[in-house]
This record gives sequence, C-alpha cells and structure tokens, in this order.
Amino acid sequence: MSDLTKLSLSEAVSGLRNKEFSSREITQAHLEAMEQARGLNAYLTETPDKAYEMADASDAKIAKGEGGILEGAPIGIKDLFCVDGVKTCAGSKILGEFTPPYESTVTAKLWKDGAVMLGKLNMDEFAMGSSNENSAYGNVISPWQRAGSNAAIVPGGSSGGSAAAVAADLCLAATGTDTGGSIRQPAAFTGLVGMKPTYGRCSRYGIVAFASSLDQAGPITKTVEDAALMLGSMSGFDEKDSTSLSRDVPDFVSACTKSLKGMRIGIPKEYRMDGMPEEIEKLWQQGTQWLRDAGCEIVDVSLPHTKYALPAYYIVAPAEASSNLARYDGMRYGARIDGDDLNSTYERTRAQGFGEEVRRRIMIGTYVLSAGFYDAYYIRAQKVRAKIAEDFKKAWEKCDALLTPTTPSAAFGIGEVSDDPVQMYLNDVFTVTANLAGLPGISVPAALDSQGLPLGLQVIGKALDEETCFAVGGALERAARFNAKATRWW
Amino acid sequence: MSVDAENVKKIARLARLDVPEERLEPLAKELNDLLGWIEQLNEVDVGGVEPMTSAVETQIHLRSDEVTDGNIRDKVLANAPKSEEGFFVVPKSVE
Repeated sequence: MSDLTKLSLSEAVSGLRNKEFSSREITQAHLEAMEQARGLNAYLTETPDKAYEMADASDAKIAKGEGGILEGAPIGIKDLFCVDGVKTCAGSKILGEFTPPYESTVTAKLWKDGAVMLGKLNMDEFAMGSSNENSAYGNVISPWQRAGSNAAIVPGGSSGGSAAAVAADLCLAATGTDTGGSIRQPAAFTGLVGMKPTYGRCSRYGIVAFASSLDQAGPITKTVEDAALMLGSMSGFDEKDSTSLSRDVPDFVSACTKSLKGMRIGIPKEYRMDGMPEEIEKLWQQGTQWLRDAGCEIVDVSLPHTKYALPAYYIVAPAEASSNLARYDGMRYGARIDGDDLNSTYERTRAQGFGEEVRRRIMIGTYVLSAGFYDAYYIRAQKVRAKIAEDFKKAWEKCDALLTPTTPSAAFGIGEVSDDPVQMYLNDVFTVTANLAGLPGISVPAALDSQGLPLGLQVIGKALDEETCFAVGGALERAARFNAKATRWW
Repeated sequence: MSVDAENVKKIARLARLDVPEERLEPLAKELNDLLGWIEQLNEVDVGGVEPMTSAVETQIHLRSDEVTDGNIRDKVLANAPKSEEGFFVVPKSVE
C-alpha cells in the first residue's frame, strides 16, 4: 500500500475514480508515512480523524459514481489557511491555541472538490522567511541532502513544510502562499512544481494576512499537471475578498499540453546576476534551448528596474505587515502576557509572542510608515513598484512569457545564511518581481546541481495568463524529464 | 536618514513592542543596515509616476449592503484569552 504515496495527484484522482484503491487506503498510507517522517517537522498538526472522516465520505461518493475533481485525494494545508475547528497558528506563538470558527475560501473550495485534509504544515512565522528557520515550532528539514553528506538542508520558505511534505510523499500536494517567492523558492529547493497565480486569482479570505497587496495562494505539487488541477480548484471570485478578480477560471489542465509553436519567450538580461553560480547560468541556457526545440522564438528583453525590486519589497511588505499584525494585541484571541497595565500587556504580549524576524519587520514597517517618512519610503517604493510593472508591460510587446532561474542558488544548510538578513532576502531576487507586478509565475524542477540538490526554472506570464505559464512549464517538464527523488533517510 | 537608540525606542513604542534597554543600540545598527540597503531606491527617477495601488486594473466589485453574518457571539469569544458573561475581559485602561 505504501506505493500509493508515490502517485502524482492526477494519477491518484484517476485511480480513485476507477476504484483501483479507496480514499481510506491512500489516506492511511499517507498518515503512516507522516508518522514515520516526524523528524522532518513538516506537519505542525496532524488531523487523522478528520482525514478518515473525509476519506470515507469520498469513498461513499465515488461508490455512487459522484465526486469532484479531487475526490478522495489527501493533501496538506499550509498553517496560514484557517480551517474550521483545526488549530491555526501561522508558525507563530502569538496565536496560541487559536482555533478558527470559520473556513478559508481556498480550503473550502478544495474540500468541495473532494480533497481530504491530512494536517497543517509548518512554515516561517507569518510567512516571513526563505528557509523555514523562522518557525516558532522549529526548523523543517528538507528530505534532500547533499551527495555524500547528511548535513540538514533547508526546504526553503516560507512554505517549507508544504515543500518538504510533498517531496517526502507525506501528501499528494499542498497549499502554499507566495508574497515574495514563498511557493516558488521552496518548490525549486525540493524538486517540485510551485505556482503563484495572478494577484486576485485566489481569494485571500481566511488566510492569515502578511502583506495584503502581495499575498497569493497557490499549489506545491509533484507535476505541472497537478499544479494546474489544484489551482483550478483553488481559484475563483469571492465576495469575501474585495481584491479577488471576477474572471472565469480557465481550463488550466488542458493548457499544460498546449503547443508552443510560434510562442515568443523573453530572456531578461538583468536576471544575469554577478556571482551567480555557473550551474544556474548553464541550466538557464539549457532551458532556453529546450523551449527553442519546442518551437519557441527566443527574444532578449530588458527589465531595467529589476535590481530595485527587493529593496522596494522590503518597504512595502514590512509596512503592510506592521499594519496587518497590529491586530495581535492579546485581547481578543491568541496568547496574552500580562503586564502592569494595558500598554505593557500589549508590549509584552507582542515582544514575547512574535519571533525575531517578525519583530524586525514590524519595526521597519512602523518606521517607514511613521510621520514624516511615509512619502520618502512607502510612496517612493510604490512608485518604484509601478516602474517595475511598467518594465513587464514593455516586455510583453516583445514576448508572451519570460524564462528565468527560480533562485540564485540551490538549497543551503540550516544555519548557513540565517545570521545575515539581506543575504537571506536575496533568495527572492528572481521571484519577488512577479509579486510586485501581480503576475503569475511557475517554478518547474529542471536539474540537479553538482551536489545533488534540485534547481528550478521559472516562467513568468502576463496577468491572468496562467495558461501560458502552464503550457511553457509543461514543455520544460517534458524536456527536463526530472524524476529525481530524495533518497529516504528519515 | 539613520536611526539611533532613541528612535528605536520611539518606533518600538509605536509598534507596541517591549524592547529591553540593552537591545536598543544593536537594533539601531540592524535597522540602519537594512535602511542603508533600501536607500538605493533614491537612484530611481520617479518623477511623474503614480504610486501603484493595485496589481491588476479592475473595477471594484460592489455588493448590496445587507447583513449576511452575525449572532455568533460565542464563536467570537471562543478564542479569547479571557472572557466573562459574553464580554472580552481586558486590563483596566481607565483610571
């Protein structure tokens, strides 16, 4: 039965529909794998009772020939999504034992389509981080290791638990969120597919807020088709999120096999960074060749404001975070640390409830929004953001999608980068532009580096054109034939 | 623009974060390092540029002004650190 955890989401859904195995069986196989893999610290909360209950309900539906597009398929949920009646803490101590009495729109859609919930996945606190070393509940360990070494490697972040769980076959697929690269970077680090859709494609209702103008939900999966299948379920307009887009959800799955003949792929020259490892450069050229072979026309494009994306992000995101996180005051929910009076109760609750990186970003955000500095920082950053979006608009006159590396390096060891914030932030240098401009981006695993760690290629598309991302991503997947898995050591 | 320990104290106060005295100087250094890095944005000519407010241009969706939720007092209070008789209990804030 343990082979059932090796299936892709699409394979599992079709096996379930054809009654080759039951949802209870594939759910049990995953719950057993989770139990054996607790050393990875990927799950914060396991929900076996809920999983079996949902699996049995799915089996009943399948027996009657009914069921949705994900009927009976067990998945994991990043701990940023509220699930009714299941502890949700966003990787933070400040939420205490918070148990939401409501459901996020994205998870509600997944359950409606038949998905089965296995548990809540570890993450960097409030989604702030690129290595999952900022979780208040301990690091997530990647199932991947460097060849000939058993040193612990980071799974990336902030959706590090999601990536580790899918890579170690502890769920068929997982939800993630991406504010600066938090789906695509961990997917690249763990040999998986990660898709961040257009801003507004997925409702943010019920997702713990980090930076509201940048946050988007999306899937982390084993294949491009799986990502398309899952995003189709997660997407759609929602009355409860005024920024969700009132547009039809296209058939993402059929886009994955669309021909690329005549498509123009842009190669942005500013993504060729100083000090970028030669392996990344070579992989990028290889990816370019794969797309040329698939019938694409390759064009050079320029995105001149690329280097300003990260600094702009580190104004906009902390500013919005400092405002969003003001709600954690220890009064209405979460933990409270009593002080001498109201103010000292606030101050102690927040100082002890938030971790170091979260406090750092709240301080930065508070500073850039404080009287006298708002125009110099926040407004300037939003203007630079407009310039970055304008760069993309100009590029779209010459091409239909962009091909870039996903990250400037492969995954690193735990503790190797964590003492230098700016160095850590550079992880997102290729992904953060798509968040600032609101564009869809997909990371597809493409090769192993010389140390045996996965590397990913990223496709960025026009707003609302996830289909082209899936089409190009699908072609890259077929050409790369990446089928490496982490050797089991846990 | 650079921050000193006194600024850090003020920012921490605004953010309602308790920062011990001995952390003020190190935090000022950390914040200055970050702000120094961010300052490269001053190189960009943003003359005549409107600040970006939304990623995808769209009409805001209007809904009818109707009550669609409510009467869930106990659910709202269920996660409170302290509650009594249908109210949140908070530290005394009026002398």
